[in-house]
Amino acid sequence: MSNLIQLKEGVASIVKNEWTLVSLPESQAEQRVQAGKVVLFKLTGENTVTDEQIATTAIPAAGKVIVPLSVFIARKNELALRIASQEIGVWLDTHEVLEHLVENQPNLNALPIIAIHVERFADGRIFSLGTLLRTRYGYKNELRAFGDVLRDQLFFLKRSGFTSFQIRADRSAQDALASLNDFSAPYQGAVDEPRPVFQRYNRTV
Amino acid sequence: MYKYDAIDQQIVDERVAQYRDQTRRFLAGELTDDEFRPLRLQNGLYIQRYAPMLRIAVPYGMLSSRQLRKLGDISKKYDKGYGHFSTRQNLQLNWPKLEDSPDILAELATVEMHAIQTSGNCIRNITTDQFAGIAPDEVIDPRAMAEILRQWSTFHPEFALLPRKFKIAVSGTKEDRAVIQGHDIGLEFYIDKAGKTAIKVWVGGGMGRTPILGSVIREHLEWQHALTYCEAIVRVYNLHGRRDNMYKARIKILVKALGINEFRKQVEAEWAHLKDSPNTITEAELTRVSRHFEAMPYVTLPAHDASFDVTVASNTAFAAWVKRCVHPHKITGYRAVTLSLKPHGKAPGDATSEQMHVVADLAEKYSFGELRVSHEQNLILADVKLSDLFPLWEKARANGLATPNIGLLTDIICCPGGDFCSLANAKSIPIAQAIQMQFDNLDYLHDIGDIELNISGCMNACGHHHVGHIGILGVDKDSEEWYQVSIGGKQGNDASLGSVIGPSFAAEEMPGVIQKLIDVYIKERTPEERFIDTVRRLGVAPFKAHVYAKEEVAA
Repeated sequence: MSNLIQLKEGVASIVKNEWTLVSLPESQAEQRVQAGKVVLFKLTGENTVTDEQIATTAIPAAGKVIVPLSVFIARKNELALRIASQEIGVWLDTHEVLEHLVENQPNLNALPIIAIHVERFADGRIFSLGTLLRTRYGYKNELRAFGDVLRDQLFFLKRSGFTSFQIRADRSAQDALASLNDFSAPYQGAVDEPRPVFQRYNRTV
Repeated sequence: MYKYDAIDQQIVDERVAQYRDQTRRFLAGELTDDEFRPLRLQNGLYIQRYAPMLRIAVPYGMLSSRQLRKLGDISKKYDKGYGHFSTRQNLQLNWPKLEDSPDILAELATVEMHAIQTSGNCIRNITTDQFAGIAPDEVIDPRAMAEILRQWSTFHPEFALLPRKFKIAVSGTKEDRAVIQGHDIGLEFYIDKAGKTAIKVWVGGGMGRTPILGSVIREHLEWQHALTYCEAIVRVYNLHGRRDNMYKARIKILVKALGINEFRKQVEAEWAHLKDSPNTITEAELTRVSRHFEAMPYVTLPAHDASFDVTVASNTAFAAWVKRCVHPHKITGYRAVTLSLKPHGKAPGDATSEQMHVVADLAEKYSFGELRVSHEQNLILADVKLSDLFPLWEKARANGLATPNIGLLTDIICCPGGDFCSLANAKSIPIAQAIQMQFDNLDYLHDIGDIELNISGCMNACGHHHVGHIGILGVDKDSEEWYQVSIGGKQGNDASLGSVIGPSFAAEEMPGVIQKLIDVYIKERTPEERFIDTVRRLGVAPFKAHVYAKEEVAA
C-alpha cells in the first residue's frame, strides 16, 4: 500500500510512487549538518559529502529516479540525456542551500520533481525552502516532502507549496488526508493562496 | 477592542476541532510524547511539575468583561479557582487536566479566545503597552497593528516550526512601556518627518540565558510593509538560526554571531523580493481594524471633580491608592486605574475566580466593559471617570485589589517558579512573599518610592529579572535553591541589563539582602533620585560592600 499523498488541482489522493529515491552510500567522514560555530552560519549548506560518496552512489540505469543534490551537481553530464527525458529529479536536505541547485540548474522547470528531506518533523526550514522554490525561483512541478513527514505538518507543507507528501511508513496516509484541510480560510497569504484574508474577502466591521 | 467576524470565529473553531483530534490521537497512543509535544505547546499546554499548565492568549493584553467572566468560570470549573496573569499579558491555569484541555479551548472559543501559539517554537502573543489608546504621551495607538500582526502570525505556514520561540512587541509612545528592546522583534511606531506613520524596527533582543538588548535593524519603515519586513527577518532566522542547541537558538544569537550589519544585509536582500507582495497591508485593512479601537464614547468632563478632591484630602488610604494606582488619561476628567494583583503575602499576578468576576463587574460599571493585563502582572481599567474613582476603590479594596503599591518595591514581577514550573531551578513565589512581608509598611514603601523588583526561578527569565532595578534569579547549586541578585537593570527607552552583585544567597537571607540594598539607597540618595538613579550614579560597589559586609568581618 502506497503512503504517498499527491495534490492535483487541489484534490488530494493516495497514489502510487513512480519515483525511486537514490541515497548516498554511508560515509566514514563525520557529517556536519549544521555549522559548529555560530560565525559559520552561512556555511550550513557546506559540502558535507565526500567525492567518494558521490562517485559510488548507485543510480539505477533506467526509470525515474530522484538523486541527491550533490550527486546531481557532480554527475550532471552523465545524467544529461535522462534529465532531458524527464527521468531525473533532485532531493535536498533541509540544511542545503537552494542557490547551489539554481546555479547548476537555472531552468528548474526542466526537473519534473524536487523533493526535500526532513530528518525531524520539527525542522521548519522545509517550509521556507518550499516557499522559496515556488516564489523566488518559479518552480512549478511536483514538490515533495519525505522523511519524518507526519499529518500534523501537512497543512503547513501544503501552504508552503508542497504538492506531494511521503507519509512516514509507520503512519497511515489515509488518516493523514484529513489534516490537509485543517483550516478553511487562513489569515495570511502564502504559496497556495498568495492573497491574505483582507485581499480575498470584504471584511467590514 | 477587536471583535471577531465569521472568519476569525471559524479559525478558532477549526483549531478546537484540530486540537481535540490531536489530543484524542495522543491519548489513544497514535502520537508519541515527542510528536504531541509541539502540537500541545502551540496550544499553550505544558506538562508541569504536578499537572499540565494551560496558557491562554490575551492578545496584546486586551480583555472584555465577558471574556474575564469566562476565564473566572473556567478557573473554577477546570482548575482550583484561580489563575495567574503572566509577563506576556496572558493567563495561565496551573491545574487543568490534559483530557479537559479541548473542552477548555471550546469554551474559550465561545468568547472569541484561544490558546494559539502561546508556547512552542513559533511566533507568540504580540504584546504592547497596557495604556495603549489612552496614554497622554501616545503618538500612535499600536493596537490595530498588533491585531494585524496577530492575524498574520496565526498559523503562518512558513514559520510554524522555528528554531525557537519568537516574541514581537509593538509600541507607539515616546516612553516605551512594552520592553521593545527585550524582544526578538520590537516595532516602535512614530510619525516621520512627512507626517506619516513609520516604524523603527528593533531585532535580536531577549531575556533568557543570554540577555541581550535589541539592535536597530531599520530606522524607518513605512507601516504598509510591517508584515513583509517581519517575514524577511523571520525567514533569515528560520533558515539560519541554530537548531542544534536550544540554548543558542534564539534570533539574538544569530544576530550577535553575524553582527547586526551582516544580518541587516541578509534581511534587506530578502525583503527586496518580499516588498509589495500581497501581504503588504492596505489602507482599507488598517482602517477596518482601527475601527475596532476607536475612542470610547467619552463624555465631556471638567478637569476637576469636587467630590474627588474632597475625598483625596480627607481619606489618606484613598489618597495613597490614587497616588500609586491611578494614572493620567489623554481625555480630560478620565483616569486609568491599576488593580494590584500584588497584595502582600500572595503569589504575584494571581487572581481568584471571584476576583475575576469582581473586576469584570467593575469594568462593566466604570470602564466601558473592557480591561487590560499589564506585563507587570496587574489589571488595568483604562477609562474611569474621576468621580467614579472612590466607589471603584471601595469595591476593589473590599476584594483585595487595591493595594497601593504599583511601581513600589512590593509590586514584584514574578514567574510561577519552582512551585509549579518544571523548568525552574528554584521557587520564586515564596521569595516574593517574604520580601513583601519584610516591607509590609506602606509609609516606608512610599518613602522608598519607584523601584522594580523582578524574580525569575530560572535563567529562562519569565520574571524579566535582567531588567529589574533589583533582579533575583533562582539558581541550582548541588540541588539546593540559591538566589543570585543583580541591580541596575531597567526597562524602557534607556533600558539596561542588571549587574550581578556577587555570590548567591539562601532563600531565608533574601529579605535581609533586599533590606540592605534599600538601606544603601536611603543613605546615599539625593532628593530626586529613584533607586535606579542612585545605582547608575554610584555603581554596584557600595551596594555590594554593604550586603556582604558581615561575611567579610566574619572571615
